[in-house]
Amino acid sequence: MATGQIFSKTTQALFYNYKQLPIQRMLDFDFLCGRETPSVAGIINPGAEGFQKLFFGQEEIAIPVHSTIEAACAAHPTADVFINFASYRSAAASSMSALKQPTIRVIAIIAEGVPESDTKQLIAFARANNKIVIGPATVGGIQAGAFKIGDTAGTIDNIIQCKLYRPGSVGFVSKSGGMSNELYNTIARVTDGLYEGIAIGGDVFPGSTLSDHVLRFNNIPQIKMIVVLGELGGRDEYSLVEALKQGKISKPVVAWVSGTCARLFKSEVQFGHAGAKSGGEMESAQAKNQALREAGAAVPDSYEAFEGAIKQTFDQLAEEGKIAPVKEFTPPQIPEDLNSAIKSGKVRAPTHIISTISDDRGEEPCYAGVPMSSIIEQGFGVGDVISLLWFKRSLPRYCTHFIEICVMLCADHGPCVSGAHNTIVTARAGKDLVSSLVAGLLTIGPRFGGAIDDAARYFKDAYDRNLTAYEFVESMKKKGIRVPGIGHRIKRGDNRDKRVELLQEFARTHFPSVKYMEYAVQVETYTLSKANNLVLNVDGAIGSLFLDLLSGSGMFTKQEIDEIVGIGYLNGLFVLARSIGLIG
Amino acid sequence: MARKKIREYDSKRLIKEHYKRISGSELPIRSAQITESTDLNELVQNEPWLSSEKLVVKPDMLFGKRGKSGLVALNLDFSQVTAFVKERLGKEVEMGGCKGPITTFIVEPFIPHNEEFYLNIVSERLGNSISFSECGGIEIEENWDKVKTIFVPTGVSLTSEVCAPLVATLPLEVKSVIEEFVKVIFALFLDLDFTFLEMNPFTLVNGSPYPLDMRGELDDTATFKNFKKWGNIEFPLPFGRVMSPTESFVHGLDEKTSASLKFTVLNPKGRIWTMVAGGGASVIYADTVGDLGYASELGNYAEYSGAPNEDEVLQYARVVIDCATADPDGRKRALVVGGGIANFTDVAATFNGIIRALKEKESKLKAARMHIYVRRGGPNYQKGLAKMRLLGEEIGIPIEVYGPEATMTGICKQAIECISAAA
Repeated sequence: MATGQIFSKTTQALFYNYKQLPIQRMLDFDFLCGRETPSVAGIINPGAEGFQKLFFGQEEIAIPVHSTIEAACAAHPTADVFINFASYRSAAASSMSALKQPTIRVIAIIAEGVPESDTKQLIAFARANNKIVIGPATVGGIQAGAFKIGDTAGTIDNIIQCKLYRPGSVGFVSKSGGMSNELYNTIARVTDGLYEGIAIGGDVFPGSTLSDHVLRFNNIPQIKMIVVLGELGGRDEYSLVEALKQGKISKPVVAWVSGTCARLFKSEVQFGHAGAKSGGEMESAQAKNQALREAGAAVPDSYEAFEGAIKQTFDQLAEEGKIAPVKEFTPPQIPEDLNSAIKSGKVRAPTHIISTISDDRGEEPCYAGVPMSSIIEQGFGVGDVISLLWFKRSLPRYCTHFIEICVMLCADHGPCVSGAHNTIVTARAGKDLVSSLVAGLLTIGPRFGGAIDDAARYFKDAYDRNLTAYEFVESMKKKGIRVPGIGHRIKRGDNRDKRVELLQEFARTHFPSVKYMEYAVQVETYTLSKANNLVLNVDGAIGSLFLDLLSGSGMFTKQEIDEIVGIGYLNGLFVLARSIGLIG
Repeated sequence: MARKKIREYDSKRLIKEHYKRISGSELPIRSAQITESTDLNELVQNEPWLSSEKLVVKPDMLFGKRGKSGLVALNLDFSQVTAFVKERLGKEVEMGGCKGPITTFIVEPFIPHNEEFYLNIVSERLGNSISFSECGGIEIEENWDKVKTIFVPTGVSLTSEVCAPLVATLPLEVKSVIEEFVKVIFALFLDLDFTFLEMNPFTLVNGSPYPLDMRGELDDTATFKNFKKWGNIEFPLPFGRVMSPTESFVHGLDEKTSASLKFTVLNPKGRIWTMVAGGGASVIYADTVGDLGYASELGNYAEYSGAPNEDEVLQYARVVIDCATADPDGRKRALVVGGGIANFTDVAATFNGIIRALKEKESKLKAARMHIYVRRGGPNYQKGLAKMRLLGEEIGIPIEVYGPEATMTGICKQAIECISAAA
């Protein structure tokens, strides 16, 4: 490793595994720094191709999406950083293919839990081919005012607060990604700011080490001092000690190794990071702090005094005139995202859709306010669900049972009706299930199945106007309209439709009132006197009985009943039922 | 979470099960495990050699120096083994400053032998090192100058040439056997994602290598690749780490979630308690209390990270608060709800769980004279901190709240001042 700068204001990266938020955060940082090009050149999303829309300041840009690493590298030959957001399962393999691309120079691996043996392969390959691996198990790193990896440095507010949009004079390297953000803040408080910060990750064997980056920082002229936050476990800090002793580091180093508390634990302890494990005395925080101190680094007595030590070192450099004044500028305002603005209560946005029937925002979805668990626990059926979603209320069991009977009775009626015929023809033509189903459903209308609504409408109108059966039928005849719900191709007065009989029997047993049905029977009696095939058919029976259900249950206002009948809800019942048969 | 020690029984089981696949020949290891739940009759049925041969028994508890500590019994029959185990099972012993009960034993055939070889493989950043000695056994440390070590860089195969420095001085009649054995064990080491393996000693039985004593560590992040090969593997806690009911409750929560929830009681009578977000920061908070001279008052180590949901934080915070408020003694206590500046964790969301727990435990907190110190930054921190301040007013408990403008560990100092101030 060693050599110097790895990022610049024109560095571009390929981003593996599409993650909207970290990419947007990178682009926001770019905009803040006044970069001319976005730092993400392309996205690799295995199995997908096209574009992803993201914001570069106010402007919306489309970043190309590639399905393979090879394709992305070929399309973006100047992108030399590979940011890997793959899971721990696939991070090693994708990182290795990226390292093998000649255009890729630096890779950052975010996943935590990459097997040690896999990381070692990456380290060996990177060393042999002069490439740099940052991570695994890291948030990444940042070069102030130039380039930022993924989620590094957190929110825009924090980036502005820490002045990370312009370079300062401090190089920082740590194991912990969380703590790196904390230290960016500290560094901003007591120095002229960060130049570059790297979190190497918490694993036992990180792809690049603390000392790798310290030696690199030593070669970057703009970096005047180096801050290191180490951790107990492992021996990486000792290569830094060696480098200091050998005089390879000419810039002041302020260091702290955390984990002094390990001695308080009675048995061996493994902290949050895989590498942070109490081992022998050598690997303890105390021993490492002592060794660093002896090698010439400024090492405080506790983390609490770390900030003071950084300040002291910086102030001395400033006094010696070694710090060039930083060019300050006010970064541009980043337009706030709608979501975060809503969250903070600054703006409101109208919703696109209102759903008054189901609600999936809570712990469990609700149908018309009834949670899924009570629907299941109380043994509700399909009829109850229809009642909740179509009528927005819990109807009594006899009503929902009636709805279920209607669905069951209308589920199928042989291959010769238009719906079944069309479905069969479509399926034979090689079309898929949904197309075949829809072909059948589209034939539902006044001639096939769809007479339920019309029957209900006309029966209701006639009954409510107190027309006798005779007056009703004759007035329809005058208008040239066939009475819907009456008549059947095969059934006759002496060979009634069994389905109609079943429905009527159920209603007579359970419904409080069957006045509309009785009216329909009167109509049927009259029409049968005209022709033997003018029987009350299943549409007529359902239509009239639904009127009884709506008015008899006492749960609907007159206005609601008119609306339900008016907008064609009842045909919905037939569509639903017959779908079962058509799919079969 | 990285390198985990496994029991000797499992190390030998893995080596035995996979030796043939790698080398084509059998490794005739026989060993049996006895724990409290072992049915001894069933064990003898499955491993008939137990009743027909002389045996060795020793604790299998991840600690070494068992021979030197008189915990190994040689040349016993099975009834003597049973008696040995009965006498010691569940009994507490002290090893290297750690106390704990013995829960697991390993039983093997007693193998009289002359040669004791030493073999050790350790995973390092740039490869693996292999150490070998003809003078193994319990005197290995005294004979350390006779141990030869080679380093095999990642990707380099262990050829006879690479292996030569280890076995060059061996007598001709055993040299090729041992070289082959080292090569197979090295291949197994790589194949099974071992990070550490030691045989001290292995010997030769009828001219074939036979490991007598073994230690192993696996990389548990490689579980997803190896669950078939490893079989029913156990990762025991380090010896002496006995979890209290509260600790094992949190451990249980931790196992069930993708987030990380850690809780260790250091001193149940301590008066400074911590509940800190982030793997790096949590260690630093515990450090700072100690480095400022108050290690003896530090009640616990606690870390939550990886975006636990509100309910997980709630359950976790309840446990921490229960321990922190146990047995009030009239003196002030401090609870440090700390954290660095988060990169992407929603601070307000994680604080919701803590706030709910604090509300629930209001009377306990008051009885323990608890003072609460909060410091956190990151996405949505303003909202989280405001809620915390409001909570203080609401339940009448002193809560001091700081954001990223304050140093991270400043509240450790305040907590110390609080408990050391006159009542």
